[in-house]
Amino acid sequence: MPDMDRDYRIIGFLCNWCSYGGADAAGVARFSQPTELRIIRVPCSGRVDPMFVAKALLSGADGVLVSGCHPRDCHYTEGNLYARRRLELLRRFLPIIGVDEGRFEYVWVSASEGSRWRDMVTKFTEKIHALGPMPRMAEAARTLCTLEGMLGVSSAQPDMWHADAAGKPPAQRPGQNALLSMDDYKEVMDGE
Amino acid sequence: MANESSASQSSPSESPRVEALRAKIALELPNVDFVLGYGRGFDPLHATPVTVRTEKDLSRLIFDPTCVQNLATSLYGLRGKRLGVVVKGCDSRSVIQLLQERLWERENLVIFGLPCEGVLDLAKLRATLDIASVRSASFTGSPRDGLLRLNLSGEGGERVRDIETKGLLADKCLRCQHPNPLVYDHMIGPEVEPQGREDEYADLHALEKLSTQERFDFWKRQMSRCIRCYACRNACPLCVCKHVCLADSREPHWLSAEATLQEKWLFQVMHALHLAGRCTECGECQRSCPMGIPILLLKRMMNRELKELFNYQAGVSLDAVPPLHTFLMEEDRIKDRGLLW
Repeated sequence: MPDMDRDYRIIGFLCNWCSYGGADAAGVARFSQPTELRIIRVPCSGRVDPMFVAKALLSGADGVLVSGCHPRDCHYTEGNLYARRRLELLRRFLPIIGVDEGRFEYVWVSASEGSRWRDMVTKFTEKIHALGPMPRMAEAARTLCTLEGMLGVSSAQPDMWHADAAGKPPAQRPGQNALLSMDDYKEVMDGE
Repeated sequence: MANESSASQSSPSESPRVEALRAKIALELPNVDFVLGYGRGFDPLHATPVTVRTEKDLSRLIFDPTCVQNLATSLYGLRGKRLGVVVKGCDSRSVIQLLQERLWERENLVIFGLPCEGVLDLAKLRATLDIASVRSASFTGSPRDGLLRLNLSGEGGERVRDIETKGLLADKCLRCQHPNPLVYDHMIGPEVEPQGREDEYADLHALEKLSTQERFDFWKRQMSRCIRCYACRNACPLCVCKHVCLADSREPHWLSAEATLQEKWLFQVMHALHLAGRCTECGECQRSCPMGIPILLLKRMMNRELKELFNYQAGVSLDAVPPLHTFLMEEDRIKDRGLLW
């Protein structure tokens, strides 16, 4: 269940020429909207370096929304078309580092679409509430993941398993192939 | 460098191919400042880059499955010179990428291409024996089905051990589609048939089977080992902003010098993002990582998505347009996010 009591940190990168105006229009029209979105105004969605999003998410933002002009409507003719490629690639990349794909979204909202902006913000905020808070770096690893050698010796931890001088392979211990074994888990717990 | 062990082990590498390489390099020496090639490193299982400036240096050249380094990494720092460089098939893709991005001029580069049937992953060997006990090594047959003969010294005196090279090949070699250099001035030796399997991204699938939280914890665990040595960056042939790298920059201040998990992780994400559409998966970042962090996974993820979205592979064509430098008015593979919900 989405918990609507807690405040989340959601960052919005809004294009100055469309979406920022759209958000303004939504305000002027006195629509009621969630208040958790912190807006950062950018000259164009093409200004949004995917690193902005990555940094926000890894620094503790629970969600990031990028909003620009509709394709073909860019104030600078083609900024949002470059942005579309970059942001789509980023959106597909994020799940591999353990960031839920729902935490990042990019949309197109024009300056006159105040009610559409309200819908986007409301839906995105609800989605973030449903996902819960972004996992924190400082917390100990919560789950034990076992890949059981699926990544193979070398793509997992090449230098971690040495044979000893007599050429004997390292002693088998339970879950030795697991990338996170129980011992490692304890280490993480103790270390933090 | 020329100790007894290297002399004894190099007998098969005095192959006609190395002789041909030396002859070609001797021919080109007057036209270049120097040639980058492979020489024997500090032990029989390690190769090291060597510079060939005079004919005297030619005898130091070797080529065998221990030549794992991507010599294209050194190129950018040496621009302005006129160089020769020895490349394998995979390394030639890095060279293509450098040329495509105009980071080197083609006319200042003499490329000696060596068709390659695979190189060793020492991590795989290390899992079965202590490689410090190896006194000499020799290869017979093709790396794909040949043998590696090792003379080992231990408590019980000298021992000989034969190991099939097939199981020791680097992962990138098992899926290699370009064993023959794609760009070259001199091709040394006959071309070989690509025998790499179709890349099924089994490693990515394994990771994707985990839940989001588990994946987050996986990387948290991996990144906690990072010591911020930047070996991954320095070994990357395409990380060319070494002196103005955002990781060291104070203005803009993307990363602080703190050794926190967040900084380490963001650096790896940044490396992957800055290589989007450029990375040729030579695997130098992961190979050079002293802590064994599987960072190539991030780049492979990016490459898989690039291939799916834009049907693009970096470093195979000199005049391809990088997918993030262009756009289509109507993107075939990208759904219109504006109307999605």
